[in-house]
This record gives sequence, structure tokens and C-alpha cells, in this order.
Amino acid sequence: MNELTMIEAINLALRNQMRADSSVFIFGEDVGANGGVFRATEGLQNEFGKHRVFDTPLAESAIIGMSIGMASQALKPIAEIQFMGFIYPAVDQILNHAARLRNRTRGRLSCPLVVRVPFGGGIHAPEHHSESTESIFAHIPGLRVVIPSSPARAYGLLIAAIQDPDPVIFLEPKRIYRDGKQAIEDDGAPLPLDTCFVLREGIDISLISWGAMIKETLEAAALLAKRGIDVEVIDLATIKPLDITSIIDSVKKTGRCIIVHEAAKTCGLGAEISALLAEKSITSLLAPIQRVTGYDTVMPMFKNEQSYMPSAQRIIQAAIKAMEYQ
Amino acid sequence: MITNEYPDIEFRQFLDIHGNLLQALPEHLDNRDQLLDIYQVLVTTRLFDEIAVNLQRTGMLGTYAQSMGQEAIGTAIGKEMLANDVFIPYYRDVATQIQRGVLLEEILLYWGGDERGSCFSQQAKDFPLCVPIATQFCHAIGVAFALKQQSQGSVAVVTGGDGATSKGDFYEALNIAGAMSLPCLFVINNNQWAISVPIQQQTASKTIAHKAYAAGITAIQIDGNDPIAMLVGVKQALQQIRQTGKPFFIEAISYRICNHTTADDASRYMQQSLLDEAIQKEPLLRYKKFLEQQYQWNEKDDKKLYKKCQQKVDRAVNKYKNTKPQDSAEFFDYMYQDLPNDLAEQKQDFLEGLKRHE
Repeated sequence: MNELTMIEAINLALRNQMRADSSVFIFGEDVGANGGVFRATEGLQNEFGKHRVFDTPLAESAIIGMSIGMASQALKPIAEIQFMGFIYPAVDQILNHAARLRNRTRGRLSCPLVVRVPFGGGIHAPEHHSESTESIFAHIPGLRVVIPSSPARAYGLLIAAIQDPDPVIFLEPKRIYRDGKQAIEDDGAPLPLDTCFVLREGIDISLISWGAMIKETLEAAALLAKRGIDVEVIDLATIKPLDITSIIDSVKKTGRCIIVHEAAKTCGLGAEISALLAEKSITSLLAPIQRVTGYDTVMPMFKNEQSYMPSAQRIIQAAIKAMEYQ
Repeated sequence: MITNEYPDIEFRQFLDIHGNLLQALPEHLDNRDQLLDIYQVLVTTRLFDEIAVNLQRTGMLGTYAQSMGQEAIGTAIGKEMLANDVFIPYYRDVATQIQRGVLLEEILLYWGGDERGSCFSQQAKDFPLCVPIATQFCHAIGVAFALKQQSQGSVAVVTGGDGATSKGDFYEALNIAGAMSLPCLFVINNNQWAISVPIQQQTASKTIAHKAYAAGITAIQIDGNDPIAMLVGVKQALQQIRQTGKPFFIEAISYRICNHTTADDASRYMQQSLLDEAIQKEPLLRYKKFLEQQYQWNEKDDKKLYKKCQQKVDRAVNKYKNTKPQDSAEFFDYMYQDLPNDLAEQKQDFLEGLKRHE
């Protein structure tokens, strides 16, 4: 078993599925000889050839539109959109076609494609390279939206995404692409796309997060433990469809819930989770639900991006407030 | 002053507006039965269009997009495509679809607001029609890529209107088809109007075909009201794509002698004189004259053929009217291959809501 970073785990999962299934194709901007700007597809063109791993012209809408055409004819396209900030021209294709093709044709045609997209802030990138707009995609019926938070989950979730019969938006938290290694066995085993992962059990507060923010959330949990506050940390992993059952089970135990996300607050996924808890489990709450999130502002350019991003400190403050609530 | 000289694009025509042959009929088309077969598709499409509008006017169909006056384009595409090719239509393609196994009653179901109209029972791979303008061109290049892998010699055929050629997806798809050498036939129905905006306001390009030229794709213009020219042009284009593996582009010049859809009133923006002039050039009239001159076709023959086509259309209308409504909860069932838990819960709520109303 090799110790791998998340980006290496993603590369390994792609390689595994390219070997296992000849209908898998990988394409996008700079994914060929260059191996992707983050190196997710490094070495794949060498191993599988230019017809299965190829650079496309610089046209996001056509990259996704083309994936739809390929997927409809029984190929398995894996498209890379270089940064989330550039996916918006392709939202038309994702929303109007990829997410609808199965329904529109009553199952005659389907759209089993994967769109891989690096997202999120914290790497001192240029303007338009740091946003977290996952809830836009979570709002679209017909999609699965998956976000890993560790190398092992990136491997297993990406395998599952590639094997899924429906369109999957696979959002990669680029801030933690190279943040630590995990031992990963290249066994091609998928992780489930319909459940959250409990990363730490606790009885006082449920901290719900996903992607890179899991890092701050776990950090906060460790610091809170020192103060005698025992928090449970849940990684959503698949944000659409949402496994609310696991969240409710946790909140029934803890009675307190804090949702942490990097995305802007309004209509972020935290709002959906809060609403679902209010609908289904309001009587288990001992304190108001809190959201520790990015702000409803433009993501600041990198000199000030840390001011925007939720920190372990903000999470700790929210946790203390929740414990003190009477 | 710096100026650019652009090459002229070839313009193809076989029949003048009076149905006279301007050049010799290709041997493969000089066959009365085959020519009548083509006439049947033209007439069936026209009659279907008329009945669809009537159904809409009487509340039995939703908004419908006619193809009146543009039937020659779809007829030629459907005639010349092979079974293994894949058709990616826009929304004035009845003539092509009915030759590819799509049933008239399915087309009515679609415009009647029922998704089962795109679940073609006799056609596995063709796309359903495409409402968001120009997005279909990008699907076509993906289909073409798949065909290149799976079925050498097969072609993805995609259609669109003149308005669609203003959109980014059109340019992106053309550019990729050219750059990646994909077996894709683009056919633009230049019917001169994008709802109310005439082509002169849509582009300063010398022709629409020049847009393909810029992407390195061979392009021709064809008189889209001339069924013979369309048949010959589409056949040649498909042959060339099968041989070279490279894309091809046809700008078919027609005229929308009808409203954009049943929700539109073209008299608000289209001058009557333009319409009158266009009607003189429309394909069915021209083709009938051609048959009269070359194949001793007469009024009696014509009436007989119209009757036969009308019966076919009427049968489809009956089937459409007698189609049982789909299960009201069916709209939950095709969002994913397997219904996720959250959606299953919503479906349950919906079904319980129905029960409470009973």
C-alpha cells in the first residue's frame, strides 16, 4: 500500500478505472501531455494513448456538451473543468441536458458522465480561481454532487462516481490536494455515494462539513476536546442527494448542530441542512443551529482570502456559544 | 484601408422555382417510385404540420413549432442517413424523424406535454429534439466522437436554425469538430428568421457557411427549398464524411412561411410581400411541378397521394388521442437510475397528497 496525497489518489482512481473499462475517456484543457494544471491526470496519456486521454480546445460548454453526446452513446466520459470559476458557461449543458436526459427520454438515453472540478480557496490563486459554488449544483435535480475530504475518500468516491449510471459533479477541494498522505490500496473499491462519513464521534455537538473545511472542523474538534467539549464530526461527502438521516441521528444524540462551509452563507448548503433539521428533528435541538460559513461577498483576492474563510477559531466560538445556550 | 477577401461558397440548385431541372438529374435519383417516396415524406410532413396546428388551436396540443416550407431539408436528411448514423435534431425536424423510426403519435405526445414522446419505441440512439438553442451542436460532436470509436463510417447529423449560429455553442462545436476531425454533418436551416429577427440583423457574415469555413470545415450552401438539390447535397456530404472522417457543413436556404411557433404571430414583424414571395419558392409546389414535367404526374395522382398521407396522419392523431395518460408520479422515476432516498420521500409525500384529495 502506498502513502498518497489526494491528487495522487485521484490520479490512481482514474488510472484504475481507465484500466478496468475501455469505454472511459478523459479529456479537458491541459489534461494530456501536461497532466492537468494540478497534475491529476499525470502520466495517463502516456499509459492510455492520445485517443483516450486528450486535450480539448478551450471551450467549457462544448467540453460538457460533448460529454453528454458521448455518454448518450454508451461511453464513459470524465471531463475536467480546470477551475470552478470557469464552469459557468457549461451550466447550461449540465442543467438543461446532462441532468435531464434520462428523464426527458424516460430512460431511453442516459448521461453517465463525470465532471471533475477543482474548487475552493486558500491556495493564493488569481481572481476567479477560489470560489465554492457547490450549492448551485446541489440545487439541480438529476445530478449527484460529490466532494472528497481525504485521499482515501477521494479514491473511493471517484471510483464510485465513475461507475455511477448518472451524471456526477465531482468537486475537488484543491487546498488539500497535497495536504497530507494516506495509505491507499488500489483495489478499485467504491465508497457509497448516498451516505455521510462520521469522522469523529462525540456527544455534545454535531459539526457538519465537507471538502477542505473538514480540516478546520477536525482541528476545532481536537481543541474543543481539550476544553471538555466532545464533538461529532460528519463529512457529507455526497452533498446531493443529501443523507439527512445520518445527520439527524447525530443531532438526536448531541442536540446541537453547527454547519461549516466555505461557500457564501445565503442559500448555501447549510441553509438546506438547517431547514431539514427544523422540519424533521426540531425537538432534538438544545440550541439554535449555527452556520459558520464564507460571507455573502465576492471571494476576496488572495491577500485577504483568509479573512473570508471559516477558521478553526470561528468554529470553536460557535461551539462555545452552542454549549452556553440556555 | 485593409480589407479581407473571403472565398465564395458554392451554392447548389437542381430545380428552379418552377420545377424545371437546371442540371441533369443524378442517375440514382431518376426513379419514379423513389421520387414519389420522397414526395410522400414532404406531403406527410406538411399535413402533419397542419393538423398539429389545428390540434393546438383546439386545445389538444401545447405550443408547436412548424416546419412548413422547410420540409425539403428534413426529408433529404432522413432519406440519406443510414440506420447506424445518429440524428441530433433541433425542433423543425419532423420530416427526418419520421424516416428514422420516430412515430407521428410520439411527436404529438411530445408537443402534447408528455415525456413519453421522446422515448422513441422504434429508435434507440437518436436524440430527442432540443429546445435550448445551439446546445445540440455540442452533443453532436460527442456523438460523433463515440461513433468514431464504435462504428467507423457512421455519422452524427445535427440540425439547427440560423439564429443558433449566433451562439457560442455553435462556434465551440464547429471548432472542436474541425480541430478533432469528427464525423459530424452540420445542417443549418437558414429560414431567414429567428422568431422576429431577420438574418440581416443576426450576422454580418457573408453567409452562414462562412462560419464553418473559419473552423476549417468544408461548407456549401444549398437551396433548401429544392428537394433534389438537398438530396444530392446531403448524400455527397455524408459520403465525404464517411470517407474522410472529417466534418461537413451545409447551409440550407429556406424560408419560414409560417409562424415561429403556434405562440407567435409573424404578421407583427414579417412583411406580407416577403411572405408572398417566399411562398412562390416553397418546396412542395416546386416538387409537384417537377413531377408533372418529368414524370407525367397529374392532379388525380396528387389527390390520391395526399389522401394516403392524410390517412396516415389521421391514424397517428387517433393513436395520440387514445393514449392513456402517464402515471402522475412517473416524473419522479427517471431522475436517476435508482430513486435516491430523499426523492423517494418526496414521491411518497406526493402520493399521500393524492390520496388525501381522493
